[in-house]
Amino acid sequence: MNAANYLYVSALLFTIGAVGVVVRRNAIVVFMCIELMLNAANLSFVTFSRINGDLNGQVMAFFTMVVAACEVVVGLAIIVTIYRSRRSASVDDASLLKR
Amino acid sequence: MTTSTSLVYLIALPLAGAALLLLGGRRTDKWGHLLATALSASSFGVGLYQLSQMLGRSTEARPVSQKLFEWINVGSFNVDAGLLLDQLSICFVLLITGVGTLIHIYSISYMSHDHDRRRFFAYLNLFIAAMLLLVLGDSYLNLYVGWEGVGLASYLLIGFWNQKPAYATASKKAFVMNRIGDMGLSFAIMIAFATMGTVSFSGVAEHAHQTSEAALTAMGIMLLVAAAGKSAQFPLQAWLGDAMAGPTPVSALIHAATMVTAGVYLITRSNFVFDAAPTAQLLVVIVGAITLMFGALIGTAKDDIKKALAASTMSQIGYMILAAGLGPVGYAFAIMHLLTHGFFKAGMFLGAGSVMHGMNDEVNMRKYGALRKFMPITFATFGLGYLAILGVPPFAGFYSKDMIIETAFNAGGVKGIILGVTTLIGAAITAFYMTRVMILTFTGKKRWDDNAHPHESPWLMWLPMAVLAIGSVSSGFLLSRGDALVNWLSPLFEHHAEHEEHLLEPIVVSALALTMVAIGVAIAFMKYSRQEVASVAPEDVSIFTKIARQDLMQDRFNEAVFMRPGQALTSTLVAADEAVVDGAVRGLGKTALGSGSALRGLQNGFVRSYAALILIGAIALIGAIWVVVQ
Amino acid sequence: MQLALQVGQTAQPEAIMFWILAPMAVLAALGMLLVKKAVHSAILMAFVMIVLAIFYIAQDAVFLGIVQVVVYTGAVMMLFLFILMLVGVDSSDSLTETIRGLRPIAITAAIGFGGLLVSLLGRATIGRNAVGLSAANADGNVQALAQLLFSTYVWPFEVVSALLITAALGAMVLAHHHNTQERPTQRQLSINRFRGESLGSAAGLPGPGVYARHNAVDVPALLPDGTPAPTSVNASLDARGDMLDYKKFDLAEINTKVEEEK
Repeated sequence: MNAANYLYVSALLFTIGAVGVVVRRNAIVVFMCIELMLNAANLSFVTFSRINGDLNGQVMAFFTMVVAACEVVVGLAIIVTIYRSRRSASVDDASLLKR
Repeated sequence: MTTSTSLVYLIALPLAGAALLLLGGRRTDKWGHLLATALSASSFGVGLYQLSQMLGRSTEARPVSQKLFEWINVGSFNVDAGLLLDQLSICFVLLITGVGTLIHIYSISYMSHDHDRRRFFAYLNLFIAAMLLLVLGDSYLNLYVGWEGVGLASYLLIGFWNQKPAYATASKKAFVMNRIGDMGLSFAIMIAFATMGTVSFSGVAEHAHQTSEAALTAMGIMLLVAAAGKSAQFPLQAWLGDAMAGPTPVSALIHAATMVTAGVYLITRSNFVFDAAPTAQLLVVIVGAITLMFGALIGTAKDDIKKALAASTMSQIGYMILAAGLGPVGYAFAIMHLLTHGFFKAGMFLGAGSVMHGMNDEVNMRKYGALRKFMPITFATFGLGYLAILGVPPFAGFYSKDMIIETAFNAGGVKGIILGVTTLIGAAITAFYMTRVMILTFTGKKRWDDNAHPHESPWLMWLPMAVLAIGSVSSGFLLSRGDALVNWLSPLFEHHAEHEEHLLEPIVVSALALTMVAIGVAIAFMKYSRQEVASVAPEDVSIFTKIARQDLMQDRFNEAVFMRPGQALTSTLVAADEAVVDGAVRGLGKTALGSGSALRGLQNGFVRSYAALILIGAIALIGAIWVVVQ
Repeated sequence: MQLALQVGQTAQPEAIMFWILAPMAVLAALGMLLVKKAVHSAILMAFVMIVLAIFYIAQDAVFLGIVQVVVYTGAVMMLFLFILMLVGVDSSDSLTETIRGLRPIAITAAIGFGGLLVSLLGRATIGRNAVGLSAANADGNVQALAQLLFSTYVWPFEVVSALLITAALGAMVLAHHHNTQERPTQRQLSINRFRGESLGSAAGLPGPGVYARHNAVDVPALLPDGTPAPTSVNASLDARGDMLDYKKFDLAEINTKVEEEK
C-alpha cells in the first residue's frame, strides 16, 4: 500500500464530519464533528509531510492542534452560556434570525 | 468682388431694434414703435445708398460682399457668416425695407389701441432683420438662418393675439407646414455638401457643371419643396388662409409682399441648379401652374376679404413660380412680377385693414357694401391696386403679368400651350374674384350691421396706402422701360443664347389677356352688381362652390392623409413606449423584487441549513479548483 | 519507531496496522454521526482520536502523535465530556429531521464532496513516491521540529501563544457567573436567620461531631436532650445508611488527668 491511502481516509473522515455538522441537532455533537474535520485535515498534513520528506506539514498540524484547542475552549464556553440562558442545547432553537 | 463694411447695418439696425424692444419691456412702450419705424427707415436708407453705389459701378463690380466672421470650420465643411449684395438682392432689400417701413408707419395708427403694440413692432423689426439676412446671405446655410428667422417671425406675428385659441392654432399650423419646407431646404444643403463639398452660392454655381444631373435634380426638388412651404404653393398651401388670423399689417408685409416671395427668391438664386436639371424645372412649372389655378378658384368663394386676398396672393405667387420655372428667360419676369405684386398686394391689404378699421374689425364682405362714399381714399388706393392686379394698362400688373403669359407661350411645344392657356384662364378668374371683392365692398347697397360707422382712416394709415398706390401705378412701367429690370438682372443668369421662339406676338398676348380680363369682370358684374347680394352666405349653392369654400378640400385631405395617421402613429408609439419600454423597466423591478422574495426563503433561521449551504459553496470552490488544475 | 522507510513502499507491519485500524476509524466516525446519545458520540470520537494518534506515530510524526493523545484525547475530549455532563448526560436527539430536504441535500453534498476530494488527492499523489522522514528526522523528531519551529515558524509560534492566552481569558469571561441578585450582607443574613421558620436554627447549625464524643463526618451531633441531630450529618450519608450510632462512642469515664509532654 502507499502513503496515499492515509489521504483517502482523511478525505472520508472530513466528509463524515461535514455531514455531521449539517445533520446533528445537539450543539455539542456538532462541535465534535467540527473537531473531526480538523483532525482529518491534520492527518492529511502529516501524510503529506511524509510524502514530501520535510517537516513543514507536521509544524502545520501542530499549529492546527493548538488553534483547535483554543477554539474548543471558547466554543464550549459559549455553548454552556447559551444552555444556561435558554435551557436548551439544540442548534435548531437558535432560529431568531428567521425572515 | 468688392467688399463693403456697411452691409451688416442693413440687418443690424432692425435686429437691434427688435432686441431693444423685447428686452426693454414695458419701459419702452411709449417710444418703442417710433424707434422701430425709424430703424426700419434707416435700413431703407442704407439700402438706397448701396443702390446708388451699385449703379455707379461697372457690371462686374456690382456685387458687393462682406464677411462677418468665420462660422463653421469643421474638417472639410467651411462656412463663413458672410453677406452678398448683388443685383438680385438689392431689389429685395429695397422691397423689404421700403414696404416694411411703410407698413411700420401704418401700424403706428392701426395698432394704436393695442396694449402690446411695442411687442408687435419688435416682431416686425425682427422679421425685417431675418428677411434681410435671407436675401443677403452668401451661402445656402446663411440663407437658411434667415429662412428660419422669418418662419419664427411669421409664427410670432400670426399668433400675436394668442389669447384666441383659434389664432394660436393658426400660427402653429403655419409653422408646422413651413417646417416641412425647411426639411426640403436642409436636404438640399446636405445634397450640395455631399456632392459638391460647398454650400455657398458661388461654390455651387461653379461645381454645378460637374455634378451629376441626378444629384442636381434631387437638390432642385428639395429646393422646390422648401419654396412651396414658404411661398404657400401646392401642396403646402393650406396655411396661408389661416395665417390671416394675424393683424392686417402682418398679412400685408409678410403674407403678401415679402416672406411668401422668399420661395421665388430661392428658386431664382438657385438658377444654376435648375438650369442644369430640366426635370426639376418642369416640376417647378407644374407646381406654379397648379397653385395659380388653385388660388384663383379658392378666391372666388371666399367671403372673408382677407382670405380672398390671401388666395389671390397664392395665385399670383403661382405666376411667379411658373415664370421662374421657365428658365433664364423667365427669372427676370418672375422678379418683376414679384416687385409689382409687392406694391399692389400690400396696398390692397392695407386697404382691407382700413376698411376693417372703419367697420369695427368686420371681415365678412357680405356685411360691407357702398363704402366708397364713406372711405374715398381707401376706395381710390384699393381701386388702383385692383386695376394693377387685373393687368390693365398702363398699371403695374399689365407689364409683369403679360410678360409671364408671353414667356409661358414661348416655352414651346405642348408645354408652352398648356402653360399659356392656364395663365390666361387664371387671369380671367383673377379678374372675376377681384371684381367681386370690389363690388361687394365698395359698391351696391349697404348691408352693414347696426352698430357700423364707417369712416375714413387717419392719415398715418392712408399715407402708406397712397405711396403704395403710386407704386402700383408706376412701378411696372418703370421696371420694363427699356428692359431695365431684365438687363439689370441678366449678368446673374446664364442665358443660353437660344433662338427665342415667339409663338405669339406680344401684342396678341396682351389682347388675349385683356379679353380674358374683360370676360371675368363682366361675369362678376352681372352676378353681383345686377342681383341682390345676400348678407348671409347662401347655403344651397353648387357643389363647386362648396368645394371652393372648403379651400378645394386641401385641409380635409391633409387631415385624413397626414394628420390622422400621424396621430395614430404617435398614440401607438406612446402606448408602445408605455407597454414595452416602461414595461421592461417595471419588469426589471418586478424581477428584482421577485427574486429577492424567492431568495428570502433561504433565510429560515436554522444554522444547519446555513451550514449545508456553506458545504455546497465549498463543493463549488473545490470543483472550480478541480477544473482549473486539470 | 521507524516504520515507513522504503521509498514508495510502506513496510508490511504498517500495512496490516493500517488496514485494521482505518476501517475501524471510519466506522467509529460514522457511528459518532448516527448514535442517538451524545455521550456515545463522545466516546466514539475519542476512539477516532486515538486511532489518528497511532497513524501519526506510524508515519514518523512521533511528537505529534503524543501531543494528539495528550491534547486531543486527553484535554479536548475530556472537556467535551465535562460539558456534556453539565448540559445533561442523558441528552439525546430525536432522529427525525425537522428541516425539509436537508438530509438528502447533506448526503448528496457529502458524496459529491468526498468524490471531489478523493479525486483531487489522487491526482496530487499518483506517480509520486513517499520520500519518508528518515532524513528529516536524523537528529530525532523532536529536535527537528524544534529546529523548524524556532527558526522558520517562530513568528506564528508567538502569535499562537498569544491566541492561547486570549482563549483562556475568553473562557473565563464567558464562564463568569454574573450574580443576578445582590449578595446578602451580614446584617441581612442575621435577620434571615432569626426570621426563619423556627428559631431552632437561629444560632446556626452545629458542625459534625460537635456536642458529641467523636468529630467524624458520619457521627451525628447530639441535641440538648441527648438525641442525635438529624441535620448534622449529610443527608446522603444518612440515606446510604452510613451514619454511625453515637452510642458507640459514649465515654465510660472521662479522664481528667493532664499528662505533661516530655
